[in-house]
Amino acid sequence: MSTSTMNANRSNTLAAGRLRPGVMVSMGVFAVAVPLFVLWALVGNLPNLFVVAFIAIILFLILLGVTSRIVEGGRRAKDRVITTLVVSSFVLALVPLVSLLWTVIARGLTRFDGSFFGMSMRNIVGNGGGALHAIIGTLLITLMATIISVPVGILTAIYLTEYARGNVLSKVLSALVDVMTGIPSIVAGLFIAALAGLLIGPGTTTGFLGALALSVLMVPTVVRSAEEMLKLVPNELREASYALGVPKWVTVLRVVVRTAAAGLTTSVMLAISRVIGETAPLLIVAGFTPSMNYNLFSGPMMTLPVFVYDQYAHKGLPPEAFDARSWAGALTLILLAMVLNVGARLLGKLLSPKTR
Amino acid sequence: MSKRIEAIGLNIYYGSFLAVENVNMDIKPRSITALIGPSGCGKSTFLRTLNRIHEIIPGARVDGKVLLDGDDLYGPGVDPVLVRRQVGMVFQRPNPFPTMSIKENVLAGVKLNNKRISRSDADDLVESSLRGANLWNEVKDRLDAPGAGLSGGQQQRLCIARTIAVKPDVVLMDEPCSALDPISTLAIEDLMQELKKEYTIVIVTHNMQQASRVSDMTGFFNIAGTGKPGHLIEYADTAKIFSNPDKAETEDYISGRFG
Repeated sequence: MSTSTMNANRSNTLAAGRLRPGVMVSMGVFAVAVPLFVLWALVGNLPNLFVVAFIAIILFLILLGVTSRIVEGGRRAKDRVITTLVVSSFVLALVPLVSLLWTVIARGLTRFDGSFFGMSMRNIVGNGGGALHAIIGTLLITLMATIISVPVGILTAIYLTEYARGNVLSKVLSALVDVMTGIPSIVAGLFIAALAGLLIGPGTTTGFLGALALSVLMVPTVVRSAEEMLKLVPNELREASYALGVPKWVTVLRVVVRTAAAGLTTSVMLAISRVIGETAPLLIVAGFTPSMNYNLFSGPMMTLPVFVYDQYAHKGLPPEAFDARSWAGALTLILLAMVLNVGARLLGKLLSPKTR
Repeated sequence: MSKRIEAIGLNIYYGSFLAVENVNMDIKPRSITALIGPSGCGKSTFLRTLNRIHEIIPGARVDGKVLLDGDDLYGPGVDPVLVRRQVGMVFQRPNPFPTMSIKENVLAGVKLNNKRISRSDADDLVESSLRGANLWNEVKDRLDAPGAGLSGGQQQRLCIARTIAVKPDVVLMDEPCSALDPISTLAIEDLMQELKKEYTIVIVTHNMQQASRVSDMTGFFNIAGTGKPGHLIEYADTAKIFSNPDKAETEDYISGRFG
């Protein structure tokens, strides 16, 4: 080892100065303290914390940038400034989310009790009552919408990726799906209401009509995401299957769809999550009721989002009872969506291709 | 079972583009035939017409004849699915089905075609196919492990096992070793010598040493320029092609001189 000996006498030319963590912490404390106390002194009482945070971040960025530039050099300084920006944007994005969850949980828990899940609103004028009728309604209507949309959506996606080969019909279909994904949900509700008005009679409200309206919203999302999932299946697998003398429909069903099964589950679940909280179309075609209704095909059917809206907008006495039920409904809706999401992930994991 | 393939006046088109022109070739049963030539000369395209798998590409079509023991693959009323059951194919990149175990991959051809097979017959078929593909000893203890968890060379041998499990008459191989290391390549070349006893094998390769090592007959494809169709320049015994070819073009290609 004659050629490389460590130079102990002079400092390493590859090394540059580093800011110590303690320095950065004190800069952070300084950046928060200055606007806090200056504003406090000016205003006279505790200043708006968002304003303080905003000024603190800018102050911290300037301090950090300048010190880091002097001690560590320009490239490192840029790195520090951008890292700070990225992290603070992330935190900024997280604030409303956490705040929303916090509010819903805090207010929802006051009525998150046995009677809320065991009773409907029939003959309830003030305290008590529950959302069982709405929960059943949401589950039934969403289930029916899924039963209608998933086969239609997935078969359309299969047609587009496996059979259409870019013909005119597929182009028209693709364009329509794109337009349909952008349809405001209230329009879907009005459309189904108009259709029902023609076929059954004006003003009809049933759970099944609600499911139809949700299907109008759901089909395009299922088609679009299922198409993407099917496109991800490598062509080599189709070729491998054909080379074994497997007919096309079996290849599609047992190789292509099977390989994409995890992704397809995810796309179905995303579509369900999109419609489970829909309010506007259900308001029009599924209607309001305080009573249980297990029959999708006759009479109005309550759903959770409509329940939340109804309790909030049409308060009786005492208003706190209505508010509490409204928040508990919102919490239930969030939990329902979460359960579906976790279920989809587990199912997806089970179905996805494994390597060990 | 092993069948003879004859290509007669075969022209292959992609839409209106003529990709390969006027191929006449007589491929003997129980032999290995290698197809060599520069990239884009149409040798893979030609290979893929031998089991009609090129038809997956929209607009691909053929005129001329391909006879499998005298039956025209492109005759009226011929079902490409039945053709592919007799003419199997191994691809450039190993492509085991990712959702299936090793065992299920071997049985894929049988299971996907909804044939009933008893458990003991299935086990026998899995063992004989994996032995045939020289893979049995490496995987016999983990037949239920996913096929995608094997190494590249093992995956390729799994694909060969899957191909021979449906008992085809002909096995087409499209650069089967190009993604593999030398040891796996050797394993597959040895395997081809074994398979040759029962099957007609046609292999496309860029590796001329491989062609000279393994094949009995060699066909040289070339292309006059971009946008022009590929031609079969010379087709003869491998020994002749690599020592004393008739055409100067072949000589230039195998000796590394072009043009």
